[in-house]
Amino acid sequence: MAEVTVRDVYKAYGAVRVLRGVSIDMHDGEFVVLVGPSGCGKSTLLRMIAGLEEINSGDILIGDRVVNDVAPKDRDIAMVFQSYALYPHMTVASNMGFSLEIRRKATDLITAAVGRAAGTLGLGDLLARFPRELSGGQRQRVAMGRAIVRQPQVFLFDEPLSNLDAKLRVQMRTEIKALHQDMGTTAIYVTHDQVEAMTMADRIVVMNEGVIQQIGHPLEVYDRPANQFVASFIGSPGMNFLEGTARQTADTSWVEMVDGTKLPAPRTDAEEGQTVIYGVRPEALTIDEEARSGLIARVDVTEPTGLSTLVFSRVADSITCAFTMDRLDLTRGQPIGLVPDVARVHLFDQASGVRL
Amino acid sequence: MAGSTITSYGPAASEVFPEPRRRAWRALIEPYLYLSPALILIGLVMFVPLLLGLSFAYRNIHLLNPFSGGFVGLDHFSAIMGDKRFWRALINTGWWTGASLVLQFSLGLGLAMLLNRPFRGKRFVQAIIFLPWAVPIFLSGLTWAWLFNPVIGPLPHWLAALGVMSEPYNILSNPSVAMWGPIIANVWFGIPFFAITMLAALQSVPYELHEAAAIDGASAWQRFVKVTLPFIAPVIAITVLLRTIWISNFADLIIVMTGGGPADSTQIVASYIFTTAYRRLDFGYASAISTALLVLLMLYSLIVLQLRRRLAGKV
Amino acid sequence: MITVGQSKARRLALHAGHTAGLAVFMVFAMFPLFWLVKISLTPNNLLYSEGITLWPSSITWDNYQFALLGSRFPRFFLNSVVVSLSSAAIVTLVAAAGGYAFSRFRFAGKVPIMFVMLLTQMVPLVMLIAPIFKIMSPLGLTNSLTGLIIVYTAFNVPFATFLMQSFFDGIPRELEDAAMIDGCTRLTALRRVIFPLTLPGMGATLGFVFTAAWSELLFALMLINSDDKMTFPVGMLTFVTKFSVDFGQMMAAGVLALIPACIFFAFIQRYLIQGLTAGAVKG
Ligand SMILES: Nc1ncnc2c1ncn2[C@@H]1O[C@H](COP(=O)(O)OP(=O)(O)OP(=O)(O)O)[C@@H](O)[C@H]1O
Ligand SMILES: [Mg+2]
Repeated sequence: MAEVTVRDVYKAYGAVRVLRGVSIDMHDGEFVVLVGPSGCGKSTLLRMIAGLEEINSGDILIGDRVVNDVAPKDRDIAMVFQSYALYPHMTVASNMGFSLEIRRKATDLITAAVGRAAGTLGLGDLLARFPRELSGGQRQRVAMGRAIVRQPQVFLFDEPLSNLDAKLRVQMRTEIKALHQDMGTTAIYVTHDQVEAMTMADRIVVMNEGVIQQIGHPLEVYDRPANQFVASFIGSPGMNFLEGTARQTADTSWVEMVDGTKLPAPRTDAEEGQTVIYGVRPEALTIDEEARSGLIARVDVTEPTGLSTLVFSRVADSITCAFTMDRLDLTRGQPIGLVPDVARVHLFDQASGVRL
Repeated sequence: MAGSTITSYGPAASEVFPEPRRRAWRALIEPYLYLSPALILIGLVMFVPLLLGLSFAYRNIHLLNPFSGGFVGLDHFSAIMGDKRFWRALINTGWWTGASLVLQFSLGLGLAMLLNRPFRGKRFVQAIIFLPWAVPIFLSGLTWAWLFNPVIGPLPHWLAALGVMSEPYNILSNPSVAMWGPIIANVWFGIPFFAITMLAALQSVPYELHEAAAIDGASAWQRFVKVTLPFIAPVIAITVLLRTIWISNFADLIIVMTGGGPADSTQIVASYIFTTAYRRLDFGYASAISTALLVLLMLYSLIVLQLRRRLAGKV
Repeated sequence: MITVGQSKARRLALHAGHTAGLAVFMVFAMFPLFWLVKISLTPNNLLYSEGITLWPSSITWDNYQFALLGSRFPRFFLNSVVVSLSSAAIVTLVAAAGGYAFSRFRFAGKVPIMFVMLLTQMVPLVMLIAPIFKIMSPLGLTNSLTGLIIVYTAFNVPFATFLMQSFFDGIPRELEDAAMIDGCTRLTALRRVIFPLTLPGMGATLGFVFTAAWSELLFALMLINSDDKMTFPVGMLTFVTKFSVDFGQMMAAGVLALIPACIFFAFIQRYLIQGLTAGAVKG
């Protein structure tokens, strides 16, 4: 077990700049999730922590040891790949025991360790099979098993669940989390899936174009996004953004939309007359079916899920989404009023995207 | 853990990107290390002799003439221009290569398609069909020469019975058709190579593609033309390119079966080089012809690769 | 094959066509070899009189007896086996190393080197015989099996390297990554993970080179001149020119020469197809 420190790391492949000064402190035993759009450098960062890629500049530390030039085999880490990367010519048991075998551990010790891991993951009956004889979910478990057999200092996961079906994904998500709580090993987990990110993480790291946008507890990132990118990336359906002008008097502040509607806004540093982005999540909008208050919009589509209803409506040219637990009877084209909960409204600087 | 860290929203416009650390010296030479045995072998056994051979083309080298060895400039090359035998051999090379290639390719692809589906005894059938490849070329040439000989071979009699020939004779001794002898032997010997390559290519076509096309209403023939062929086209292009070069350089069968005769009717450039060098012992002239052949093959490859790039660019 | 929706008659017709097609190919492949066997078994006095009957009225094993006991063919044969196996083994190792470099590394010289290797495929090899003789003769490598092995190895390395590269390309890089994280150095990862997975590819390469070396005539003819160093094809050729040709004996020797090639081929065949299919010859 160890903390992992990434200090001002840069990385480029030729002219392609992938990471631009990334710094993260990961605490001992923490479960850190890296999220960001495709191509933002998550896998690259993970592979550099693993020692599979060289770093251009900066330092990576595992414990208090700088590992910039340490070979992967000497970093005492384990990694689960998206493709699982199981050795096709070895049985499940040999796959799981490989790392111990390479370290010349005694055979009975290896058998015991593999048996324990197999027990934890419910792989007991599959030990003699080859990877090609397993289902996707079973392969995923073997890949997990291979990682835990060795009890490394750090676990690295690169989208380990993305090849599974939705149900299995939910199940494995819980199992991985439980496993982590039992073992208490530092884990770094890359994913696309923000539900995974929100549910599993102790802390989320949001990246974009090789730059860290925000690091924080899942709910903190959700409730207090550092900038418009984080706000739009975290949360599904995403936050609604409307452009307007900030106005304030001594005791109230509001944002004036293009059509003249005045929406209440929290007190911020926004200057009078500044062009801002008014951000509000779907669940922070209340629907006024009579269209007597709030922002007036026309219903476009409603998506009932049984538990709740998503109402998409049109304001000028943009679509706004509202979330409600009520079963509303709305028809397409019907005008409604969208009333924001001012406590949950964010204002972003239009130019920089930073939250005000 | 408290408090979220906020860095800039996007990369700063004026960011200073640090120079990468110098890569370890070892990491830089590692690939060359792995390649070195191959490079040393190719350099010493192919390139040095090649340069030496190319230099012969500008000298007068007659093995039996002790006064030879002098520098003759471009004399050999101007001699080639007026050498009827060379031009004849060049045309024959086109024939030999074209006919062998077309037949090997179409039959090889056909065979690969027959083999590209499960049936009982497949291993055995494959072993039989690929056998000609394992037969030493010299032996193949000899066997086929026998088969074409009306005294000890059945082929002329069969052809006569079919009415293709008026009477059984040896096609290898008739200048107007003699080329077909080595071509047929070459096809026999070369089908397995094509079949194996094409089979590998066919098996790499994802089965789902076929299913998708079938669901879209494509017939078996349409599936072949619209799905299979485009998918294996790159392999075909490379295989055909390499094979063309090999076949046009491949003189062994001709030397064994006809020696280029009768009356030069089966002489290709490669066998002409061999005859010039080792029968007439005129190494200088042989090298000049080799140089010409090498240049022609390089031009051909350039054109094919260019075409392939064009095609690939379009898709 | 997608057969759903085809009538039974059509399926039967397809099946019959498939079988007939294969049969034609098998006959075409086998007939010349059958003729070889037939001639080798025909007694000398019937060779011409029954030259075109499908099977002689009586057969003899004399030719085989002579080929095995009375001639130098066993020696030629042994030489060929030594030369072909050594060349095949060395080429496979050298090409595996080179193919690995092409497949797994990015380096400045890569494209030029690949281009040069492609270029070697265009050289008319007959033009190299004299220069190679000239270079090898002072080194004592002419009239020597070692010299022949060196030549065959060099000629086959370029193609084999491309072949091996395509096999390595077919093996996901993540397997190596996983192995290195599991505690391997690059070399251990190569030995424990990549090497076992390339075995079929190596088998295929071995097969290609073996057949090429087993067949080669011209260089063997020019570089070897003493009887005890001759390879099989050269031995057979001198057989034709030296003695009044006894075709029966020669064909018997030829049939014997086929046997190891066939055994080797049967052994390698599995790998050949499997290996080539695994991701090979992509160009
Ligand atoms: N070996 C390489 N050579 C050149 N560019 C590369 C290489 N590997 C990655 N890249 C580039 O680096 C960028 C980041 O890649 P990376 O794999 O880290 O993205 P990612 O965040 O993991 O994306 P995804 O979510 O799709 O997996 C991409 O633009 C990619 O094209
Ligand atoms: Mg990735």
